[in-house]
Amino acid sequence: MSNQGTSFKDWMKDKLFMGKTPVEYSKTLVTPFNVVAAIILLGSLPVFWMRYTQGLSTVIHANSEYPWGLLLSWGIFAGEPLFACGFIVAAAYYLFGMKEFKPFVRLAVLGGMLGYIFAASYLLIDLGRPWRIYYPMLINYGPASVLFVVAWHVSLYCTVQLLEFSPAILEWLGSKRLHKWAVKLTVGLIIGGVILSTVHQSALGAMYLATPGKLHPLWYSSMLPLLFFSSAIYAAMSFAVILAQFAVRYFSERCDREFIEAVPTMTKILGKGAALSIFVYFALKILALAQDGRWGYLMTGYGYWYLVELLGLVAMPMVLFIIGVKMDSLKVIRVASLIAVVGILINRVNVNLIAFNWNQPNHFAGIIPPWSEVHMIAAMVTLHIIVFRWIMNRFPVTQELPQYRGTH
Amino acid sequence: MSEDKKDKKGIALSRRGFLSLSMLTGATALSLSSKSEASIDKFKGWPGSFGMLTDLSACVGCRSCERACNETYNMPQPEKPYEDSSVFKERRWPDGRTYTVVNRYQGVGKSKRTAYRKVQCNHCLEPACATACPIHAYEKTPEGSVMYDEDLCFGCRYCVIACPFNIPGYDYDSAFEPKIVKCIMCYPRLKENKMPACAEACPVGAITFGKRDDLIKLAKKKIADNPDKYINHIYGEHEVGGTSWLYISDVPFEELGFSVNLPDRPIIELTKGYMQTVPIIFTTFPAIFGLVYAATHRKGADTKGGNE
Repeated sequence: MSNQGTSFKDWMKDKLFMGKTPVEYSKTLVTPFNVVAAIILLGSLPVFWMRYTQGLSTVIHANSEYPWGLLLSWGIFAGEPLFACGFIVAAAYYLFGMKEFKPFVRLAVLGGMLGYIFAASYLLIDLGRPWRIYYPMLINYGPASVLFVVAWHVSLYCTVQLLEFSPAILEWLGSKRLHKWAVKLTVGLIIGGVILSTVHQSALGAMYLATPGKLHPLWYSSMLPLLFFSSAIYAAMSFAVILAQFAVRYFSERCDREFIEAVPTMTKILGKGAALSIFVYFALKILALAQDGRWGYLMTGYGYWYLVELLGLVAMPMVLFIIGVKMDSLKVIRVASLIAVVGILINRVNVNLIAFNWNQPNHFAGIIPPWSEVHMIAAMVTLHIIVFRWIMNRFPVTQELPQYRGTH
Repeated sequence: MSEDKKDKKGIALSRRGFLSLSMLTGATALSLSSKSEASIDKFKGWPGSFGMLTDLSACVGCRSCERACNETYNMPQPEKPYEDSSVFKERRWPDGRTYTVVNRYQGVGKSKRTAYRKVQCNHCLEPACATACPIHAYEKTPEGSVMYDEDLCFGCRYCVIACPFNIPGYDYDSAFEPKIVKCIMCYPRLKENKMPACAEACPVGAITFGKRDDLIKLAKKKIADNPDKYINHIYGEHEVGGTSWLYISDVPFEELGFSVNLPDRPIIELTKGYMQTVPIIFTTFPAIFGLVYAATHRKGADTKGGNE
């Protein structure tokens, strides 16, 4: 009996407290980052309390013209293209046989999976009745709705990513038999993941096909699904570059040599891929302008803003990616990745907020979020980082456990 | 030896073939949505369905329609009484507390007159809200009303995004039972063979209730009888596939805040093409990527894949 007690204690120590006793572990928690994080999270509690007891109007700015605010725009539309990193890297390794990515697959899948879980969490804040989130799956179906497609694909893809990541969880738990089964499923899951990602990334753009009179003509295009899908590809590659660098810088003790040594090569391959895919996106953007005959709008206020996005946040990182690849400079590729990611975030916020209902009177007053909405976003980002850190510090993400070498 | 060589060439060719095939198919599948083929099964609305015709040249801004609507549906009392014209100082819009509001526009039209416009759901023949709803909480009834079922709604508000007229209101103030609030063209009253409350209440006859087909004839006649007075357009006859609520006006519609940049096709026509590509992706991608996997993971091929 007592024997079992101690082994449970050991299990806790080993699996949860990173090999320390609870007292030792809690001492390591007092860091500047944690203090700031605690302040943000504690401060957000009253905001979340208001949202769930007094209604959405107490915390977000929403009305008939602007039903979706920055919270949803940031949490779902801006985030999801980055979290395509899971499917891009997994497809490169498992389907296209690019073995250089082997040490990176788990980190990319973790980044994607966690991103999707958080996207769903943002939805739980913004939905009027979040406890009905399963309604499109079980209660009633709207198969003509693009959002129906998004709902199904995102939830299925969350499941697929959890299964894709499950070998790491099973290694953490030490379950060899289940681990073998999980690994066998992988290729099927990856193909499923490619399908689900393709559909739902493009569907996020297709949702705005329904808004011809409302979205500014420079951003409204019949090519929206293709634009959203193609931009998600380079966004995911750019995010993967940043994620790898982030892991090496902040979790170096959790990265094995194989991972650290692979980062420069992976960064260069991702840079090459991003250079190509961002060029495709740039060309498609020009094509969309030409096909829809929208040149005339370029010389207006919105046109200048559009050019900032197109030239500053698409063309510039495109050139930098090419320079970085040609000069073999990791630094330039990383800078390009950062600009590309910022560009994606701005593009999605443009579609959701800035260019949406642009011809309404007092448009800009209608889209400025209240501080409470910004605070909720800050709390979610903080939580996202903390959960990521918790997993990185415990699960074999950027290292290969010797007993599982060669099994996946 | 030669056998070996041939085999290698075969692999190389097929691999390249598969890769380009996969890219092509993916791109085609996604760009199909840009095709704007005229629909052969164009829905022209339920036969004999009802509609409303607002003559904006007649409206005097008395807000009797607002009051009648409020009383019929026991909506929350307004902050200011209906006689108080100071509400016109700001532009109001239907929200979680009202189905309809009247706005004032000063110095509009040729005569720079003061005009009023009643705003409410236009009851599209093929409603964008119904297309957008992932739970199918909206329904276009044969009578003409677009109805919403709050028991199904989870509050995503994509219907508000999709509505070309920014109509569905949401009661953001409710934490536990928030729902969409919008005009139902008095569906319960139609069922009792009564006309909608606002049409009945209008003292100047600015709102006419009737069969939509008859209302279009009436509107055309009014315009033809008074071509110098009316703008030669029936708003709602063709906008986004047609609406049950129609308008004629002596003031250009854009001066009264109407969206005049809407396509004549219903919103569902704009998303249909994309929706049709989804099953194509599901049927083609497993084959394409299965082949890609097979091509890159052949035994003896020089690129060794990961899953070994």
